[in-house]
Amino acid sequence: MPEPRVVTFREALREAMVEEMERDPSIFLMGEEVGHYQGAYKVSEGMLARFGEKRVIDTPIAETGFAGVGIGAAMIGLRPIIEFMTWNFSLTAYDQLVNNAAKLRYMSNGQFTLPIVFRGPGGAAHAVAAQHSQALESLYAHVPGLKVVMPATPADAKGLLKAAIRDDNPVVFIESEVMYALKGEVPAGEHVVPLGLADVKRPGRDVTVVTWAKMLHTSLKAAEELARDGIEVEVLDLRTIRPLDCETIVDSVRRTGRCLVVQEGWPFAGVASEVIMLVVRAAFDELDAPPERLTSLDVPMPYATNLETLVLPSPDRVVAAVRRLLGLEEVPVRPAAAGGTR
Amino acid sequence: MDASLLLDLYRSMALCRRFEEAAAKAYTQGKIRGFLHLYIGQEAVAVGAISAAESTDYIVATYREHAHYLARTGDARAAMAELYGRATGASGGRGGSMHLFDAGKRFLGGWAIVGGHVPIAAGVAFASKYRDEKDVTLCFFGDGTANMGAFHEGLALAGLWKLPVVFICENNQYAMGTPLYRTLSVPDVAVRARGYPMESEIVNGDDVLEMRDAVRRAVERARKDSLPFFIEAKTYRFRGHSMADPAKYRSKEEVQKWMERDPINVLGQRMQTLGIASAEQLRALDDDVKAQVEDAVEFAEQSPLPAPETVTEHVYA
Repeated sequence: MPEPRVVTFREALREAMVEEMERDPSIFLMGEEVGHYQGAYKVSEGMLARFGEKRVIDTPIAETGFAGVGIGAAMIGLRPIIEFMTWNFSLTAYDQLVNNAAKLRYMSNGQFTLPIVFRGPGGAAHAVAAQHSQALESLYAHVPGLKVVMPATPADAKGLLKAAIRDDNPVVFIESEVMYALKGEVPAGEHVVPLGLADVKRPGRDVTVVTWAKMLHTSLKAAEELARDGIEVEVLDLRTIRPLDCETIVDSVRRTGRCLVVQEGWPFAGVASEVIMLVVRAAFDELDAPPERLTSLDVPMPYATNLETLVLPSPDRVVAAVRRLLGLEEVPVRPAAAGGTR
Repeated sequence: MDASLLLDLYRSMALCRRFEEAAAKAYTQGKIRGFLHLYIGQEAVAVGAISAAESTDYIVATYREHAHYLARTGDARAAMAELYGRATGASGGRGGSMHLFDAGKRFLGGWAIVGGHVPIAAGVAFASKYRDEKDVTLCFFGDGTANMGAFHEGLALAGLWKLPVVFICENNQYAMGTPLYRTLSVPDVAVRARGYPMESEIVNGDDVLEMRDAVRRAVERARKDSLPFFIEAKTYRFRGHSMADPAKYRSKEEVQKWMERDPINVLGQRMQTLGIASAEQLRALDDDVKAQVEDAVEFAEQSPLPAPETVTEHVYA
């Protein structure tokens, strides 16, 4: 067993890329500012010096162009890592991911494999307003042919990214700019976390909270607070959104009888809806209360800090939602947004 | 003049023409469904270009790609079976007319969102260069692509990174039903190549030999110097945008004028003038091709449908 050390989320991601690139010369990193600038968020710091311009490739601001280049290169056997400076910008390349990357294998009757990772930070950031602050995983998880991975801890960041790079499918790998400095124990060397496996980050008997990425930490804080009142929350970190680890989710909810899904994205047609559908169908008889979801408000992200705080799930809102599930609290009042669901 | 080369080119173009005529017939009979975009009239572009490349060079094409597939693979059976949605088709019945693939013969699609495949072609060329392989990528697209963002981003990266890719614009004068002068701000699509920069050449796309020579020069250049090249082939589609389009936006006179440049007739007459083949020999060759297409139709009709239990296969590797 390799010795764990404390490193940042950012370093863990870099370690995964560096180790994989050392192992396999067909892997390269391409994106805006990944080389000479050392990464817009310093994830790729030092990689240009280590691998040279052939394998750490700065691109112009042309997401459609370099996402497509990655797909073409993967079609004939390379294993590209395509970095989006943020997932917000991936929307200009959405056609490449949805129509090309996701469908090539199926349309060609399995003649092509597409081992490519699209990675970068996503989700809400601080005070950057509507176009730079949004959780888009449901858009990608909707599409058959794509895998969607969202690590929440440095150890998972390393292990999942290594697994994603080794996977023979297009993988959407969503990090978070506000988690890059997060520290945690990470095994040195070979540490691979298989895709498609959720992880119980905190065991508990009363309520299952299903969450992922940044919301894991929000949920863990809430669980600590609830524990002081004797409420034991099981916090389940999905880690991979697609394929979804149905077994672990259902197993947990069968034990607790209650399920809350906490997601950073918008409520309508989000991942939480899919998880709740699964829970209702597979654990209906064991449920002691209707499953609930806590999401962001159904609005584009506002800039003003007081409004931004209002939009996002927070530990106290998770606490309230759990207490509500247990019948300990009335439905809290939050502003209703246009067409909004709670 | 190499007689066997001319005979091969003639046969290849005739195969494309007869294949698509048979496909159109099957479409009107309801045997082929969905979209069917015919290339009739433009055959010299694909046949000339692909004949100029090595069989190890990569082809990336659009949704109007029957001729490109046939020029590369010669496999009329797999193409027709795909149009029929059969398990024996080029893409197992999952792709249809717009998504023909043959990985083994380096025929990389069959892409149906205008412009979306241009960066992909650049990426294939990127991979060849990355691995120090000398293969060149041929990327086909229509004039309607020239205003798409993906087209410009693909060309920009190919120019910036000096990728060995030959972009071949099949300028058939219409972006679906809208004439070029109403959709393009410049007289020739080739003008667009200058800014990236890459050399370009405007070619009579109805002359298979001119097409072949131009693409051969471009491919050699791309291979030797690792540089992109842009070719604009002026041509015309004799039919509508797809089978659903009666092409009423064009005058009979205009269509007639272009049909006088029918690439198959042009080559046939040249071969007769040069004494390479008599009218009778060309007819016999055409009959031979017709028999090949009939065989392909028969093969498609006899082929099994894709097995229902396979519907979820190949979503993931």
